[in-house]
Amino acid sequence: MTWNDMVYLLPEIILTVGACVMLLVPVMGARGARLSAKWMMIAVLAITAGSLIVCSHAVETIDQSRQLQAMFALDPFSIFFKLLFIAAIAMLVMMSDDFLKESRYSPWEYYSLLGFALCGMMFMASGVHLITIYIGLELLSLSSYILAGFYKSELKSTEAAMKYFILGAVSSAILLYGISLIYGVCGSLNLLDIAAAMSTIVTNDALMLGIMLLGAGLCFKIAAVPFHVWTPDVYEGAPTPIAAFLSTGSKAAAFAIFARIFYVGLHDFHLEWNYVLATISALSMILGNFAAITQDNVKRMLGYSSIAHAGYVLLGIISLNTLGLRGILVYSIVYIFANLGIWSTVLMLRRHQYAGERVDDFEGLSRRAPLWAFAMVIFLLSLGGIPPTAGFIGKYFLFAAAVQAGFGWLAVIAVLMSAVSMFYYLRLVVAMYLREGVEAEFAITPALKIVAGICLIVTLALGILPGRMIDKVIKASDHVAARAALTPYAGR
Amino acid sequence: MGILNIVTYIPLIGAIVILFFVRKENSVAIRYTATFFAVIDFVASLYLWFNFDPKGSGAAMWQFRYVREWIPSLGVRYEFGIDGIALLLILLTTFMGIIAVVSSYAAIDHRQKEYYILLLLLQTGMIGTFCALDFFLFYVFWEIMLVPMYFIIGIWGGPRKLYAAIKFFLYTLTGSVVMLLSIVALYFFNDGGIPFLNIKGLGNAASFSMLQYHEIGHLIPPTLQFWIFLGFFLGFAIKVPMFPFHTWLPDAHVEAPTAGSIILAAVLLKMGTYGFVRIALPILPDATKQLIVPIVVLSIIGIIYGALVSLVQKDMKKLVAYSSVSHLGFVMLGMFALNPMGLKGSVLQMINHGISTGALFLLVGIIYERRHTRMIADYGGLAKQMPVYATLFLIAALSSMGLPALNGFIGEFTILLGAANRSIVWASFASAGIVLGAAYLLWLYQRVFWGPLDNPANKNLPDVNRRELGMLLALVFLMVWIGIKPAVFFDVIEEPVNYIVRKVDPTYFDKQPLTYPPAAPVVASAVETTR
Repeated sequence: MTWNDMVYLLPEIILTVGACVMLLVPVMGARGARLSAKWMMIAVLAITAGSLIVCSHAVETIDQSRQLQAMFALDPFSIFFKLLFIAAIAMLVMMSDDFLKESRYSPWEYYSLLGFALCGMMFMASGVHLITIYIGLELLSLSSYILAGFYKSELKSTEAAMKYFILGAVSSAILLYGISLIYGVCGSLNLLDIAAAMSTIVTNDALMLGIMLLGAGLCFKIAAVPFHVWTPDVYEGAPTPIAAFLSTGSKAAAFAIFARIFYVGLHDFHLEWNYVLATISALSMILGNFAAITQDNVKRMLGYSSIAHAGYVLLGIISLNTLGLRGILVYSIVYIFANLGIWSTVLMLRRHQYAGERVDDFEGLSRRAPLWAFAMVIFLLSLGGIPPTAGFIGKYFLFAAAVQAGFGWLAVIAVLMSAVSMFYYLRLVVAMYLREGVEAEFAITPALKIVAGICLIVTLALGILPGRMIDKVIKASDHVAARAALTPYAGR
Repeated sequence: MGILNIVTYIPLIGAIVILFFVRKENSVAIRYTATFFAVIDFVASLYLWFNFDPKGSGAAMWQFRYVREWIPSLGVRYEFGIDGIALLLILLTTFMGIIAVVSSYAAIDHRQKEYYILLLLLQTGMIGTFCALDFFLFYVFWEIMLVPMYFIIGIWGGPRKLYAAIKFFLYTLTGSVVMLLSIVALYFFNDGGIPFLNIKGLGNAASFSMLQYHEIGHLIPPTLQFWIFLGFFLGFAIKVPMFPFHTWLPDAHVEAPTAGSIILAAVLLKMGTYGFVRIALPILPDATKQLIVPIVVLSIIGIIYGALVSLVQKDMKKLVAYSSVSHLGFVMLGMFALNPMGLKGSVLQMINHGISTGALFLLVGIIYERRHTRMIADYGGLAKQMPVYATLFLIAALSSMGLPALNGFIGEFTILLGAANRSIVWASFASAGIVLGAAYLLWLYQRVFWGPLDNPANKNLPDVNRRELGMLLALVFLMVWIGIKPAVFFDVIEEPVNYIVRKVDPTYFDKQPLTYPPAAPVVASAVETTR
């Protein structure tokens, strides 16, 4: 570790310091009370984002130590995801503010935990070493457990946190066991070294077990069937902005490490793991979508729909080609913006402790808030993959990748399930537009308007003119694709 | 600019104008603004008609081309261009667009602003689909159409509108997402192949251009063609709708408001048949030939089944809806005769069905606005009370059943000629459909308009007003025009039809030079003799 290495870690260092300071502000007494937690957090995020952009230019000229190189990469792939995470967290801060004002809990702790979670996500995006990835993941998970139970006196919130913690801890243990087996066989935890070691191995049961356990741990984090059972309960019980966080930022971070580990580290064993993941993907899409149909609670419905979306993203991993990798990146953007948009609309409805819970709560929204009802329709269409919204571009990439990799049957399941998903997305549309007489209660705050507005613009703009986004994604993914030694056609 | 862009986006501009500049929820200004933009759009599409060169062949067949890069990294281009088939369908769309707007004046009494916005958005989606020559663009427009129609059925529909709207949406969406996979498979065949399945690609630059696929279609191995065709078939057959994928249609038609039914019947159903002639036939010739028999069998079942079910309907709108299944069976039959005669009839019948069935839905809507019932049993003897209405209904019904000198006859007769050229058995089944068609329409007419005027509720019904008369006369004018001067329309589609036939069977014109010389005035003379 040299001083030069500090430049690589500068955004994370700034963020950590910022989050620690925020934790200390309340104990500073009267002076702290005049500061706004929200704006301070936004400022920290802005500085982090700024330093990230500066670093990404600076690193071209500064040598890094070999030790850092083996652990941590500041490559286009990680910069892409880090900026996405920062944007998502910034929007979550905007969404949380009014929500927190109505509760009696301290916003400072909340935001600093969100900051630590972001720090974990940034380490995950940069991790090229399984330990870095694991530590980032644990930092994210521990912060999320606390955030899920942030409403200490609410039974539902505590229950959600307990469920999430117990299952999460078990899955982390499984993940760690998988990592240790891989280390035992390959003798290294750096992804490139693992790949190099694997290329000499024809078959090895311990390694296979390690890959399967690692995969199972990751599937828990992205909530894929059969490791999904926590999702609906946690989403329902957690404070709504935290449910939004779990279904967007936290998930995208898991997608990032999933992609990096399987593309860079484990690509030689593609033939061994692809059918297992294909089954998981198919089950996630089928079970997630069909279970979502029966839900009356919007948060549970979004929970099941996020299970289905994990299934779609797995298509990008299974196909193991450049198109699939790009698809994961595109889908992460698309999914985060559409989902945050939906959650911010949910928050607009009747802000009590648990906002806009039931499908009925949306009834008549189109009369009272036509613009936001329209925005909600666009977000739902985007999740359903209907053009001209961004969701279509994301799904196009993933489905095309699956077809190209020869997983035609999985692509057929995927498209049919995305048609099924429209059934329950349309239920919300029906409630907003087609049921009359009932008037939705809502409280639209400027902060929510900003978030929903940004999401609306991004979702439509990326749907109609996706060219620039795709160029950026190609740049970001090519770096990892090169490490994965992808031949143009999935290594076959 | 590109004239096609103008035609496509005028309705969108109209929708935006209504959204931002008309403040009130329900007002006359909204109607007139919508009508204004629909009329402007029709006028713009007339420019296409007068500047179209029907003699253009080869690359010149695709006219008013407008090509720009859209998503370069995927090879997606914003490519517009039309041939004679698309031209006629665009004219039909803009014309029926006016009818749809005007027919809604009295029928839509709440949430008018949203209604006209959606109607105009729908029109942009439909015209865009006909203009698009790039698969990606085509798919985008194809899906855009779904959403406005879903709302139109769901908000302004009848008692079971929610069920009908969701059914419509999910059926068509299922078809179109499967179609998307076929598009993707074509894309990879053109590009690098699918190595996992041992499918070698051509190695061309990534492209979604339909015209490029028209050129390379015959290179696709037959097995792959078969699977790709199945994907497209599902997408298009649900839209047509062919038996047994038709079950969404009666629900959607019965529940939709009048204008929704008119647009649905006149234009949306043509998306399916248009998809077949533009995509499935020219790009996948081997699969087309392989699947002639199953598709023709389904078409004939559709013709007979649709007609028989129409015969027993108690609801007028449902009767007309099922008659659509029957008529679209004719269109598919003519198409899969795969000779110029059948295809020409098929394309013309698309237009005819749009006009005739659109008119019938409009007529049913007019009487429904007055009596709020569509049950045939509630009527009887209307000819005495509403003579003008009865006359116009008779003309529309006769046009739909194929009376000579009206449009339906030309289409059906040409289809029968084409089908008979393939197989006399097909033609005889189809003729049975024509007879049944006359039966259900005339029986409907008899029960509604003749007999004693014994229901007291019908005694004071006003006859058609000037607005309704204007719309109906315009439709009748088209029926008669196509009926007595079909050559004008056949000229326009001559080249595209020959092009498709050559794509499916490159040696077709070598085999039968005497029967069907290219650009022969066969049809015109056939019509002369029968008239």
